[in-house]
Amino acid sequence: MTQLVWNGLFVGSFYALIALGYSMVYGIIKLLNFAHGDIYMLGAFVGFAMLTSVGVIPASMSITALLIVLLLCMVVTGGIGVGIEYLAYRPLRNSPRLAVLITAVGASFTLEYGVSAVAGPNPKVFPVRLEGDSFTVLGARISVPQIVLMVIAVLLMLGLNAYIQRTSMGRAMRAIALDTKGSLLMGINVNKVITWTFFIGSALAGAAGVMAGAYYGKIDFLMGFIIGLKAFTAAVIGGIGNIKGAMLGGLLLGLLEAFGSQWLGGEWRDVFTFGVLIAFLTLKPTGLLGERVTERV
Amino acid sequence: MSDNVDTTRAPRRIGKPASRISRLFESRQLGWAAFAIAVLFPFVLASNYAMSIGTTAVIFILLASGLNIVVGYCGLLDLGYIAFMAVGAYTSGIIAKAWELPILFTIPAVVIMCILAGLIIGGPTLRLRSDYLAIVTLGFGEIIRLTANNLAITGGPSGIYGIPGVDLFGLDLSGPVPFYYFCVAVVALMVLGSARLGKSRLGRAWRFVREDEDAAEAMGIHTYKVKLAAYIFGAIWGGIGGVLFAAHLSAISPQSFVFLQSALVLMAVVLGGMGNTRGVVVGAVVISLLPEFLRDMGNLRYVIFGVVLVAVMVLRPQGFWPSRAYEPEKLDEARKGKRDGGPRPGAPVTTAKGGTP
Repeated sequence: MTQLVWNGLFVGSFYALIALGYSMVYGIIKLLNFAHGDIYMLGAFVGFAMLTSVGVIPASMSITALLIVLLLCMVVTGGIGVGIEYLAYRPLRNSPRLAVLITAVGASFTLEYGVSAVAGPNPKVFPVRLEGDSFTVLGARISVPQIVLMVIAVLLMLGLNAYIQRTSMGRAMRAIALDTKGSLLMGINVNKVITWTFFIGSALAGAAGVMAGAYYGKIDFLMGFIIGLKAFTAAVIGGIGNIKGAMLGGLLLGLLEAFGSQWLGGEWRDVFTFGVLIAFLTLKPTGLLGERVTERV
Repeated sequence: MSDNVDTTRAPRRIGKPASRISRLFESRQLGWAAFAIAVLFPFVLASNYAMSIGTTAVIFILLASGLNIVVGYCGLLDLGYIAFMAVGAYTSGIIAKAWELPILFTIPAVVIMCILAGLIIGGPTLRLRSDYLAIVTLGFGEIIRLTANNLAITGGPSGIYGIPGVDLFGLDLSGPVPFYYFCVAVVALMVLGSARLGKSRLGRAWRFVREDEDAAEAMGIHTYKVKLAAYIFGAIWGGIGGVLFAAHLSAISPQSFVFLQSALVLMAVVLGGMGNTRGVVVGAVVISLLPEFLRDMGNLRYVIFGVVLVAVMVLRPQGFWPSRAYEPEKLDEARKGKRDGGPRPGAPVTTAKGGTP
């Protein structure tokens, strides 16, 4: 029981990190960034490329090396996210929603098969595996790497929350989410803020990718597809557009999934998750923390 | 829904097509020409390989024209369209195998299952914003694939094999060339059906919903019902495609119904020109034949597809061969400007000055 809760929370913190990017972008420009899950995949591959180019890393250094690579990857994936926004989404800022969604699918496609063309279609083994002792707390087996990754995830989320609540850029983001035109008139550089939003969201997804690579040890070019869908589910559960909701939704989805796959069997896990998504959209489309959306189109 | 369908009049075209070339593209004989090309194809190339590719391309045309109803006419993004094909293929495969029925006898069951699937997925989500619909259809596509992968009745990961070929009143059509002709006949009828549907009263309602949902609702169109109708028609088209697919390959497995396939069908619709049946047919032929020519490029060809998709949306969002109904407003305005000979109300003052000598 406690094992299930812990596993759920651990997987959920990954979902939460990715869901944040979805939710931030959606909150600000009402765009579903389908390529977001692929940014997560890209993070894992960029980390893979960096670590293999360095060569053999002694086991004692693996956590330090991982942290450095994590930061570098965040910068790279953030930059790629900004590039996608600039090339694919910005020219369509005022286009019909259908056009933007199709562009997002195209961007996701380009990233997936671009990586498979560069790195090859076969799964890769991540060069650094986090290994460590595990101990038992209240009947749940918890390993040191899990704790390390969880701490990183929580720190990133707290940092993001502080950034959004305390800095002027964060305030600008909240203002644009409320009223884009109004913020423009009040002298906010809307394009710059949107660029930053993409940077931060993509950087968080890239971080989650590196962490997943280091923890699971295997990466492939389609790994972002399912997790992108799940992160979207998490964002919907929490109320899309809401930062705290995305975190809550991620953890909740992790828990639901842990119990659901225990109940139905592991092979039904993804079906269960998407069932939850459809149920939520039917019964409570605003999510747990979302505000009531008046616009319906 | 059927009382809404009224196939009396095509949408009115405003102004003459501009040039000889665009008159050629608008010509009514074009459909016959395409049909003739499809019929004559086996006389040029009748190897088993060519027939197999040809049949696949023809089935792909059917899928694209079905998705065109949803995306092109009604403007709803469906990212799990291949799921309907999976529903059709599995339904006909299971029934044909279990009761040893000819595969054509499974079509009523397939249509019913596809309508049910359309209702299940469209019912809850069509009331929501269109981007939610897109992602839910993505999830739905995965649900169908994973369910087929996990259940015993669908054969699990190895799927169903030994599905019988088509048998029409004792006439065996399972050979490569007869089956190709059978597919061409069915698909031609279905494509014609989708084109007629687009010109019907319901089709006009779809276009209205696509252009402005609020205005459509204000004019008394029940947008939810209309969207659901588009969804269900799309599902039926996909399901029939699935039947042909199952009869063509005689074996189906969950690997045939991955997201990549949905994306390829979407690409055919988008590149060809959303809402224009002719464009969509050409798009489907190009998308299904191109991978055969680019086979040695490996996965790079999908990168190109992705880039082209983005580029088309940014530079030419209406597709390469859009439907004419896309631009009547502009034509109308240009004509009005010519007839009046003066500046339109609201035009900048400088033009008025320049116009009076």
